[in-house]
Amino acid sequence: MKTDKKMPQVDMILRREGLSRDSLIQVLHAVQEDMGYLPKDVLVYISSKMNIPLSVIHGVVTFYNFFKTAKDAEHVIMVCMGTACYVKNAAGVLKAIEEYLGIKAGEVTKDGKYSLRMVRCLGACGMAPVISVDGKDVYGRLTPEKVIEVLQKYK
Amino acid sequence: MKIFRTHALVCSGAQCLSAGGNNFKDALSAEINSAGLQDEVQIVETGCMGSCEMGPMMVVYPEGTVYIKLVPSDAAEIVKEHFLKGRPVKRLMWNASGKEFPTLSEIPFFAKQTKLVLRNCGIINPENIEEYIANDGYLALGKVLTSMKPQEVVDEIKKSGLRGRGGAGFLTGLKWGYVASQQSGDKYVICNADEGDPGAYMDRSVLESDPHTLLEGMIIAGYAVGAIKGYIYVRAEYPLAVKRVALALKHARAFGLLGSNILNSGFSFDIAIRMGAGAFVCGEETALINSIEGKRGEPRKKPPYPSTAGLFDKPTLINNVETFANVPVIIHKGAQFFKKIGTATSPGTKVFSLAGKVNTTGLIEVPLGITLREIVFDIGGGIPEGHSFKGALIGGPSGGVVPAEHLDIAIDYESLDSIGTIMGSGGLIIMDETSCMVDIAKFFLKFTVEESCGKCTPCREGTPQMLKILQRITSGEGMPGDIENLERTGRIISRTSLCGLGQSASNPVLSTIRFFKNEYESHINEKKCPSSVCDMKPKAMENKNGKKIRVRKIA
Repeated sequence: MKTDKKMPQVDMILRREGLSRDSLIQVLHAVQEDMGYLPKDVLVYISSKMNIPLSVIHGVVTFYNFFKTAKDAEHVIMVCMGTACYVKNAAGVLKAIEEYLGIKAGEVTKDGKYSLRMVRCLGACGMAPVISVDGKDVYGRLTPEKVIEVLQKYK
Repeated sequence: MKIFRTHALVCSGAQCLSAGGNNFKDALSAEINSAGLQDEVQIVETGCMGSCEMGPMMVVYPEGTVYIKLVPSDAAEIVKEHFLKGRPVKRLMWNASGKEFPTLSEIPFFAKQTKLVLRNCGIINPENIEEYIANDGYLALGKVLTSMKPQEVVDEIKKSGLRGRGGAGFLTGLKWGYVASQQSGDKYVICNADEGDPGAYMDRSVLESDPHTLLEGMIIAGYAVGAIKGYIYVRAEYPLAVKRVALALKHARAFGLLGSNILNSGFSFDIAIRMGAGAFVCGEETALINSIEGKRGEPRKKPPYPSTAGLFDKPTLINNVETFANVPVIIHKGAQFFKKIGTATSPGTKVFSLAGKVNTTGLIEVPLGITLREIVFDIGGGIPEGHSFKGALIGGPSGGVVPAEHLDIAIDYESLDSIGTIMGSGGLIIMDETSCMVDIAKFFLKFTVEESCGKCTPCREGTPQMLKILQRITSGEGMPGDIENLERTGRIISRTSLCGLGQSASNPVLSTIRFFKNEYESHINEKKCPSSVCDMKPKAMENKNGKKIRVRKIA
């Protein structure tokens, strides 16, 4: 697919990461960090600039959990379901959040404010069970009661 | 250089930070300034000290006072009492029985550990290359480049008997030898830092707490096998690790320890970071190589092995973080020193992340051959709340369970293999009697089903079949023959899958059946979960139109 649109932001990333085939994942990382997700027109643009078929890029984007093709909710709540958290009742914590927000894991609230996800090990097993909010704030040693207090901070 | 009378080592490992370590450090720094002690007391931000349960932590030298679970409001008291009047604040200290002012080595959690890989973790500032160098850092690299031929380096690693710490335990020296013997101009060294095992964070701690030890190990490996470039493949979920490794690379280049003509020896080698993107299978070496090449992380057929045709089809050496971190120690202190630690066939140490139902969780490094009992009861301080030890999960989704009757098993590659589990990368999760083994097996299998890349049929189609049976058993719909069915399917999947993920996917199921068959039987025959974890009421399922239907029993 060809595109005439100019995307200076993406051009800058491409200049920094290079146009060779093995830079693709690094480019996608950088774009997602910039824009929060990977919009389709940007993927089309990358495809034409890097000379990689869009189908191949799509294959890569959908293979990896980390890449998102749609905009995220305002607050992203990630519940760690690593083994250490699991044996310390992460399932109970998840259930409490699901009831509080009225959505299941993998869904977004109707107002687009919160999304809830299960993730694999945040690497904070010493503080299990843990959740992470918006990818930066980590809360540990939670109980189904405590986690609601945490969520009330995010309005 | 400025001399301080007191050094306050504040842990800034990821877990202490998320427990509020930064707020405490800021408060402490403000209190020190307002007491006018800024020229006498130095705050050092170190990497992970290991006992993450106790975070945020601080160790004050020269006394060696260990403070735990600190909050910002504690800072004033510590400065006033300890730093000004010389009276350690007992209220905040680690409580070790029999000792009034216990130092790290007197606390049982630390006393039984032997730190080679984690030797600098919690001691130096990971963002300062000079602190690493001051602790004998890059001495091994200097020794290699000035006085050893590449073949001698390979021989030294062979002599040490070091085995790959990523899980399988392949002899590192042998692997290095294969790559070194390839006749090719371009060779690569890859560090596998794609720590995907849920419940394990050993690599994360090394990357965050002592990144230079990894770089040094990789550069030495590059010299030994004749490589031109190295890649560190690290999880995107570890932003702090990525940041600290990137900084370490920058510093090493500025010091002439990385890049062209390292230490004026004529040897050139550079390292780049490649970020993973959340795919467990990328921990498999050939999948990881595909991912570095910018492709979908699907495993390749072996042979050819990476040592002959790996990254960009060139000979490639690929080792785990912990394996590389052992290299500077072996070169600096000699293979003989290394072999004295551990057992004859499993020399050295292993880092474990001790988690689950144990009193003191955290990151530990122990000599191989130590018993599980020592780890759980001496280092970990036993099982909390009066519960009893039921089993330990070792090796993550590829490993198995060690039951209570094997508590005295030696933790080494052969012993673990003999009871059907693996060393794995270092996840060690302790369970008490409130954990249901069938539920745990289901948990791991669900993980593998989700993470299976879908390339080969046995793994893609076989693991969901096993999961279906387990789901049936744990919801009170188990049938006679289910156990045998699980065993048979599991064996087929492990024999026929393309890569390590599929080959080991059924391990947790087979291992729990082996040691806890009675639990499976009571789920199936009596429709009871002995640990009261599983919801054993058969659920009515809804069809597409929302009408309730009963699940048909499969004969």
